[in-house]
Amino acid sequence: MNTDTPALVVQDLHKSFGAVEVLKGVNLHANEGDVISMIGSSGSGKSTFLRCINLLEMPNSGSVAVHGEVIKMSPGRHGGAKPTDRHQVERIRSRLAMVFQGFNLWAHMTVLENVVAGPIHVLKQSKAEATERAEEMLHRVGMFERRNYYPAHISGGQQQRAAIARSLAMEPEVMLFDEPTSALDPELVGEVLKVMRSLADEGRTMVVVTHEMAFARDVSSQVIFLHQGLIEEAGDPNEIFENPKSERFRQFLSTTRN
Amino acid sequence: MEPERTFSDYLRSFSEGASPLDFMLVYDHLDRFFYGALVTLELTFLALALGGLLAIPMAIARAYKTPFLNPAIWGFTYLFRGTPLLVQLYLIYYGLGQFETVRESFLWDPLLSSPWWCVLIAFVLNSSAYTTEFLRGAIETTPAGEIEAAKACGMSPFTRMRLVVLPSAFRRALPAYSNEVIFTIHGSAIASLVTVQDLLGAGRWLNGRYYLAYEGFVTAMVFYMVIVFIITRIFKLAEKRYLRHLRARDTADPPALVAQP
Repeated sequence: MNTDTPALVVQDLHKSFGAVEVLKGVNLHANEGDVISMIGSSGSGKSTFLRCINLLEMPNSGSVAVHGEVIKMSPGRHGGAKPTDRHQVERIRSRLAMVFQGFNLWAHMTVLENVVAGPIHVLKQSKAEATERAEEMLHRVGMFERRNYYPAHISGGQQQRAAIARSLAMEPEVMLFDEPTSALDPELVGEVLKVMRSLADEGRTMVVVTHEMAFARDVSSQVIFLHQGLIEEAGDPNEIFENPKSERFRQFLSTTRN
Repeated sequence: MEPERTFSDYLRSFSEGASPLDFMLVYDHLDRFFYGALVTLELTFLALALGGLLAIPMAIARAYKTPFLNPAIWGFTYLFRGTPLLVQLYLIYYGLGQFETVRESFLWDPLLSSPWWCVLIAFVLNSSAYTTEFLRGAIETTPAGEIEAAKACGMSPFTRMRLVVLPSAFRRALPAYSNEVIFTIHGSAIASLVTVQDLLGAGRWLNGRYYLAYEGFVTAMVFYMVIVFIITRIFKLAEKRYLRHLRARDTADPPALVAQP
């Protein structure tokens, strides 16, 4: 993989839901190994932005490039955009793993079956190969002992760790985390953040939408503060947390610190 | 030395004495009932299998609101669920034969001239209509998050359908499907009205021949009950197997209190 090209570049992303413009031109530039935290109050558009990256939401305009490969989009019917090539979108999605707020494990499959499904059916790995990798990933997130459990039979934190293992098994170039700890009981947040920190430590490229300020501050290489669909402030976490320039970011920090 | 009495001797003396039913007569014609039960099962399972195969694509087209197909299938299911099965069967068996073109077409000789085939066609269409609708409901209630997770890892629409949507929907539809199976067995009794010698047909034959209503119909009833009982058991086992992800975990396997990495 060419390490000179940035892992993920998003340019001038716009997204409207009906008459409401949720994203008004957002950019993101992630080099290999970057951990970018996106913070902001609810409704600021950070989750929508993340979902536009892998086209779970269709942006109205803008561009997304993964390691230099731009997702081809053409004008859609209602003034928006639509993907030009479904197969390209599927291929790019398989290179961008996503971890959801609600875990979204497949309920009728065991943890292990959840983890091997993508590698077998998307990456076309053999069952043996996929199982071996999956078990490795489950060890990695501390879920190996629970591999034969169904999602409904394990805790939220365990489900989220299984979901992270499912993402890791796809050997993604960039991992997208959509508020991965927001649906968890406070005492379960730690175990998930611990896994995420270890992923950051091993140099994975991650974009994390989060409310966990401590995580954003300690782990990320860049923090982006979104406000009403625009980047209000962005930069090195130590700098911008110590020295917030915009009034809104200062307000946001003071409310989250309480 | 007293001669050894066989089972049929007992049955004969019981039937001629205290019994309200002539068990001997039933016993003598038991082969008819077993044959009838086979016909009933054969019709039921063919109707369910073929109806189910038709229902899967129709339910998908309905759930995803495929243009043109969706309203057409809606019309089909509305017609077949909105009218009695008996009327549908009469229209196919008596109705189609009225038309010269049907009688002269290639469909006449092996298919539409035979009561068995007419019954099967009516049952397949009827069953597929019901199955389509509850399967559509099950497909539509697939958790959106699970579909998103499948999209997000790059699965094609076909793979998503095969791996996530349908397995999830089939499981949700399983309890409703056991009803459909039982209704189809019960509904299959209608076959005897167009001369098919199914289970009820055997009872009707006995009644017609000896003018003994109870003997024939009670025997048929017992056979139906046994069949339904067995099928209910099978579904219970299937639900245990396929819906175990919804059950509370067995207490024999208590969760570990801590599972930290």
